[in-house]
Amino acid sequence: MVDTAFGPPRDPGTRQIESAYLELTRRRRMYGGILLILFVALMASGFRLAEARNAGGFVDGLPMLLSFPAEVLSEAWRNRANLPGMVLEHLPSLVETVNIAAVSTLLGGLAAMLLALLSTRGLARWPRLTPLFRRMMDATRAIPEIVIALMLIYILGGGPVPAVAAIALHTAGALGKLFSEVAENADPKPVEGLASVGAGWGQRMWLGVLPQVAPNWLSYGLMRFEINVRASAILGFVGSGGIGYDLKIAMQWGQGRYDEVVAIFLLLFVTIVAIDRLSDHARTRLVKGRNA
Amino acid sequence: MLEVRNVTRIFGRRAAVDDISFSVEGPAFVGVIGRSGAGKSTFLRMMNRLTDASAGQILVEERDILALRGAARRQWQGECAMIFQQFNLVPRMDVVSNVLHGLLNRRSTLATMFNLWPRQDILRAIAILERLGIAEQAPKRAEALSGGQQQRVAIARALMQDPRIILADEPIASLDPMNAQVVMDTLKRINVEDGRMVIANLHTLDTARRYCDRVIGMRDGRIVFDGTPDQLSTGAARDIYGADDSFNEAATSTAIPADKAPDDAYAARMLA
Repeated sequence: MVDTAFGPPRDPGTRQIESAYLELTRRRRMYGGILLILFVALMASGFRLAEARNAGGFVDGLPMLLSFPAEVLSEAWRNRANLPGMVLEHLPSLVETVNIAAVSTLLGGLAAMLLALLSTRGLARWPRLTPLFRRMMDATRAIPEIVIALMLIYILGGGPVPAVAAIALHTAGALGKLFSEVAENADPKPVEGLASVGAGWGQRMWLGVLPQVAPNWLSYGLMRFEINVRASAILGFVGSGGIGYDLKIAMQWGQGRYDEVVAIFLLLFVTIVAIDRLSDHARTRLVKGRNA
Repeated sequence: MLEVRNVTRIFGRRAAVDDISFSVEGPAFVGVIGRSGAGKSTFLRMMNRLTDASAGQILVEERDILALRGAARRQWQGECAMIFQQFNLVPRMDVVSNVLHGLLNRRSTLATMFNLWPRQDILRAIAILERLGIAEQAPKRAEALSGGQQQRVAIARALMQDPRIILADEPIASLDPMNAQVVMDTLKRINVEDGRMVIANLHTLDTARRYCDRVIGMRDGRIVFDGTPDQLSTGAARDIYGADDSFNEAATSTAIPADKAPDDAYAARMLA
């Protein structure tokens, strides 16, 4: 018996606590085990269903997974002398794409700040209206940006403006949710301190909340900028210009233009890396001050 | 049993701990006092190997624990328990799980990740909690407990490690006087009943005088006092804290006063 190994519990109350806790751990383990079995069973059956509906076979297709990238890369390697020229050639359209992303991130981010503060529990200007602002953000996230872009292109014609509007709308909803979660975790004490001297809502938010949430908001904003560079490249496919349009032409051309595809991907990759480095730098600056 | 030889820690260009040496024989209750920034915490963190030393040796039973690396270092951490000012428990896990964490160095990673502990470990954890008088809190989340109770859970986690040395970094600095006394009494009991060495950083002189067998005073990274509590005169305390004649330890004492003159005066006023 275990009891003899540890000496009998000195107190009947403790014995009760022991058995209750052991019962609790047994129940937890049982629930954990059932969940694990359920998870494995669902994954296995789901995989078989998907496999059955698939035109090809997952296992049969697996070896071919790398054949397209291999073809693209080998062709680009053969024509590697062309790459620097092509990178230069596509630089203007990259600038357009990055501009679309930057403007839409800025506009969407500003809207997100306002929406976030208006829909955060404990900070909202009109607490009763928080569900309204939350649903507004949900709506902007629910509609795919490509649908909005296509609609606007139909009305306004091709070009960067429909892309900016579409991406900014989605950014407002997506960033607004993240911003609001950050603001919810902000310390209420400084805000209370400002309220105690008679500050208005705008002053409390600008001077009490913003300094606290700035580092996180900034890094979420720059992360969104990254995502928006990609989104604006995709929108180029449907006619809003930029590097996406070039990529579409090069891909459609197929064999013979793969070096161009690789050049465009290189440009996009370097852009994302640059934004990531910028984000790191700006964040350390904000958190640790100018001397860091 | 413990011998500290010329230990130094340099942060940037400043020596937080500056060439300190002392030795302790047998399971003593050692108090380290000094103002904030004197290097007390840095020293304890070096003993537990949370912070690396810049130079020197710490010999525990003839073994230099500052030279340990990798798994050997983690094993030493398993044998040398640490108690923190802010308790450092996992707030969202229950009390027994927090106590069981004392065994992490001796159990496999996979089993502990899924919280699978042998029945005997669980029973031992509850027995330790009972010894510290908080067994009824066993199934609660650590964050639901008061500060004094949380610190006793931290002590239970330390006891679960079955350590030879317990380090306590300002164990009562975040507690009210009543809970502070319960926690210090608990540490003293472990020291006397189990024969484990306790090294505690303390921020009040009266605590050091009441509980310690030996007091070490630090100032600017150096040891400026090493003796018994009786030798710790007001003059010596002024040296340690770098204070002038206006220093009065009663002004900031957190002890519950033995003097009952104010009570008598209050009673007299009420009866008048």
